Amino acid sequence: MTTVEEKYDFSAKAKKNLLITVGIGIALTVLGIVLMSTGGHHEEVAHEGGHAFSWINRLGVDIWINNIYFTGIAIVGVFFFALQYAAQAGWSAGIKRIPLAFGSWLPIAGTLMLVSFFVFGHDLFHWTHHDLYDTTSHEFDSIINAKKAYFFWPLSDHPSVPVFFISRMVFFFGLWYYLFMKLRKLAFQEDFEGGTASWYSMRRLSAVFLIIFAVTSSIAAWDWVMSIDTHWFSTMFGWYVFASWWVTTLALITFITIHLKEKGLLSIVNENHLHDIGKFVFAFSVFWTYIWFSQFLLIYYANIPEETIYFVERWNNDQYGIIFFVNLFLNFILPFLLLMPRDAKRHSAILKVVMPIVIFGHWIDFYLMITPGSLKENGGYGLVEFGTMLIYGGAFLYVVLNSLSKATLFAKNDPMLNESLHHHVQ
Amino acid sequence: MSNTKFILGVYEDEDILLSAITKIRTAGVKIHEVYSPFPVHGIDDVLGYKRSKLSIVAFLFGLLGTSLALTMQIGMMGVDWPMIIGGKDFIPYPSFVPVIFELTVLLAAYGMCFTFFIVSDLKPWARPRIFDLRITDDKHVMAIDLDHNKIDVAKIDKILKDNGASEVNQKTFDET
Repeated sequence: MTTVEEKYDFSAKAKKNLLITVGIGIALTVLGIVLMSTGGHHEEVAHEGGHAFSWINRLGVDIWINNIYFTGIAIVGVFFFALQYAAQAGWSAGIKRIPLAFGSWLPIAGTLMLVSFFVFGHDLFHWTHHDLYDTTSHEFDSIINAKKAYFFWPLSDHPSVPVFFISRMVFFFGLWYYLFMKLRKLAFQEDFEGGTASWYSMRRLSAVFLIIFAVTSSIAAWDWVMSIDTHWFSTMFGWYVFASWWVTTLALITFITIHLKEKGLLSIVNENHLHDIGKFVFAFSVFWTYIWFSQFLLIYYANIPEETIYFVERWNNDQYGIIFFVNLFLNFILPFLLLMPRDAKRHSAILKVVMPIVIFGHWIDFYLMITPGSLKENGGYGLVEFGTMLIYGGAFLYVVLNSLSKATLFAKNDPMLNESLHHHVQ
Repeated sequence: MSNTKFILGVYEDEDILLSAITKIRTAGVKIHEVYSPFPVHGIDDVLGYKRSKLSIVAFLFGLLGTSLALTMQIGMMGVDWPMIIGGKDFIPYPSFVPVIFELTVLLAAYGMCFTFFIVSDLKPWARPRIFDLRITDDKHVMAIDLDHNKIDVAKIDKILKDNGASEVNQKTFDET
């Protein structure tokens, strides 16, 4: 089998479609905001104490969900790439460039997250309120006060700006982007130089990246997601967020692979490779469920009020109770049953249906992690949620596909390419 | 039972074997079985084997495990001897999940395993036919059942030799 160099052409039509998607997203968001501020506003104002709820809170929370979700896909794309080198995997040689391109979203994701923290941080994170740390205030909270240093160190005596929290955010994004750019540079260097030197450099760098990623992704999950429910904690939370990111990324890789194959590209990827990545999505959907359930069961069984509050807000709740089960249905039951037969994973017809379900399902998973904790009873789902998702999704795909079109679709000098060409699974 | 007579083609290389199988099958010879010291990729396809239905069996046994676990726990905890444990309902489904999971895996694994033994005729007192001791070392052996082939021995012998067999032997099993 001979390999021909292939390049993805990010056509003007594809660009236009994605920009239209972003446009529709903006229109829906604006429409949702208009409806919210004219319609059901009066009932929320009636709440005493705290500050009045407005559409800005809800918009901020929706933006934050997308920040977390798409940052995750971007960095886990790099993680997938690094994993192939650390594991010396051969089968994936044809599709490795797709997850690598996800990383191009990282600088934008970092900027968006930092900006939206300064704009919406107060609406999202209860711990940003200063009177929680003031012993003279009636709002003083001894539990949050004990966690003060985690956010405000080294200024923890008079908390004003969460220096430690923000510097962690900047540091993580900086480090991720730096390692991503190094990997990307080595990958493209291989195209010109050939040989195995780049592959060995990438393997070494990948091993370093995986160790760094293991720690940073976990801390990022505590910082950006778990700290919303400031009193509550779960020792599994880092794993849980990672599992959700990982399945989403795998599903998106599969979906883009099928999309490229339908355009007549990626001729070296056949049903054997699809089968393998389909198994990945199947297996890690089960893994996500396992992590989700392990966290749930311990809290359910121990029945300690300070822990169960997390599920009281999400399950025993009129607003979110339905989504709680929709989450499990979309992310476990559907992929588990639909992807179980062998043929389902080998032919793109079923994969093309299941992958969007999984991608959307995990967006809902992040919605459930973030909204009930930050908006409580004022949360909801409607045009604003859908609109922001379209804006972010369109922009993300625009950046990723643009990055994908910059180099050949697979590395012609990859030492693993030959193994991938002969890949065969029963 | 009567005697069963086999003609055996010995092959040194799996690539030659794979192309030989295709050619021999198109020549109209029915192959009884091919024995290899290691798994040969793609051999199922050229031999024309249908996909195993073992996975369906596994699924059904798994389903049996799920329903067994549910019935057992609901019966014990909810009907036979209801007890209040940790303030939960008498039938607390989330608590049942670990047992459901374990029994599903157990029954799927055992069910698949024993079904495989039965359909493969593997039993402790089975006396396997040893066609050639070298199939555990470095030779591939293609066994052709002479009772099931209408082509005469000399012709099969020639077809095997023409398609790269390094030697052709005959073996008779006396199965009384």
